[in-house]
Amino acid sequence: MLKTLFHGQLQLGLAQALVAALAALAVVIAAGRRGIHLEKELAIAMARGLVQIVAVGSILLLLLKGPSWTSAFLLIAMIVAAGATSAKRAKGMPGAFRVSTWAIACGAGSIIALMTLLGVIDTPITALVPVGSMLIANAMNTNGLALNRFRSDVLAHVGEIETALSLGADGKTSVAPYTQVSFEASLIPAIDSLRSLGIVWISGLMAGMLLSGARPVYAAIYQFVLLAMIFASSGLTSLVSTLMIRSQVMSAAHQLLLRTGR
Amino acid sequence: MLRAEGLGRDVPAKLLLADATFKLEESEVLAIVGPSGSGKSSLLRLLNRLDEPTSGTVCLKGVDYRQIPPRELRRRVGMVLQRPFLFPGTVADNLRFGPRQRGEELSEAALEELLSAVLLRSFAPRDVANLSGGEAQRVSFARALANSPEVLLLDEPTSALDEDSKREVEGVIQRISQKRNIPCVLVTHDVSQAVRLAHRALVLEGGRVVRSGTVQEVLSA
Repeated sequence: MLKTLFHGQLQLGLAQALVAALAALAVVIAAGRRGIHLEKELAIAMARGLVQIVAVGSILLLLLKGPSWTSAFLLIAMIVAAGATSAKRAKGMPGAFRVSTWAIACGAGSIIALMTLLGVIDTPITALVPVGSMLIANAMNTNGLALNRFRSDVLAHVGEIETALSLGADGKTSVAPYTQVSFEASLIPAIDSLRSLGIVWISGLMAGMLLSGARPVYAAIYQFVLLAMIFASSGLTSLVSTLMIRSQVMSAAHQLLLRTGR
Repeated sequence: MLRAEGLGRDVPAKLLLADATFKLEESEVLAIVGPSGSGKSSLLRLLNRLDEPTSGTVCLKGVDYRQIPPRELRRRVGMVLQRPFLFPGTVADNLRFGPRQRGEELSEAALEELLSAVLLRSFAPRDVANLSGGEAQRVSFARALANSPEVLLLDEPTSALDEDSKREVEGVIQRISQKRNIPCVLVTHDVSQAVRLAHRALVLEGGRVVRSGTVQEVLSA
């Protein structure tokens, strides 16, 4: 229907964005009626997302003719931005930005570097940046989930944690059950994506590969490759993040720093 | 045994405790009483350094407790909270937790002796999920005793219990104090409990010590 109304690609794209945003708005209104207010957060997130993706698209256009190594700067900038976004899910946790950025750099960064080195990810900017951004974005989501779960579990189990401390346990041992649960919970989306690959979920990358003339079997295999890389980078990110955050919520004297009302 | 000197803690825009000075003698039970929000639990948390004092210090057997590694300090100054917060598993698992933190294993004989002290003989294999409130609290006493503490801090240990369980736990506190000679600091809002269990009392109001002395002197004032 939109295609009959809009003929220019830009106008069509904006119209499609508007319609998709209206669908999201309807969900927010429904949630608002049940007392869950996401209006401000979603409005900011959508506006930011649109501006960011258009900006990155424009930058990519400029970089397309540049050497491959320029994509490294773009990916590093993405990792820092992902660290900042992810850290917001860990409100009140000391050092959340530092932990998030390092975890995403270690997780997504190392998998991108390794896979590029081994030839699993192509080096041209048009391949490296989109695939790299998928790994970084998923690592960011996983990290956000891990930190958010860890924070809420620690706050819900202050008594258990301080009991362990009172019995002579060190800070890391006292919060160990919650780091483990956070790690497992954060990987649920990545595991489910892998499990439902091809049945529930076919990503845009596969569609893009098919459209650009890749053989369907290769496109399908690469889809698996992509999800396996997402799982590896997300898992490594979550592992680093949950290991690092343990020491952030404890003082040098093994006192719990993350408590409500302090 | 334990001496608090000008102990205090404040957090932004709130005074939790100021200038608390007192001594805990060998084998005695010192009751800390006062209304809600008077700083009783804040004081107790400072005594085993779960929180950091912003003024003053505590000496354990004459040594400033900041000179003692925190984990070692907490082994020596045990704590029992209002709720038992037992770890998932068996009663034995809970009792073994403390010694394992320093690489020691509790023998079966020591385990049974500790459970006997809290009147829970043969409870070792039981799952903690199946214990009553009073039994769980007595397990938490045995768990604290498994670390062989030199002082015990008790933060309203009977306030969440029914009358029968409360008497059982009070019996345990008396045995710990009298037979094991472990001095206790007991935070309670129950004045009659302070009279039953404590030798001396200290009254807190608004984060400050307003009275201290023998239980009779303090509570009749």
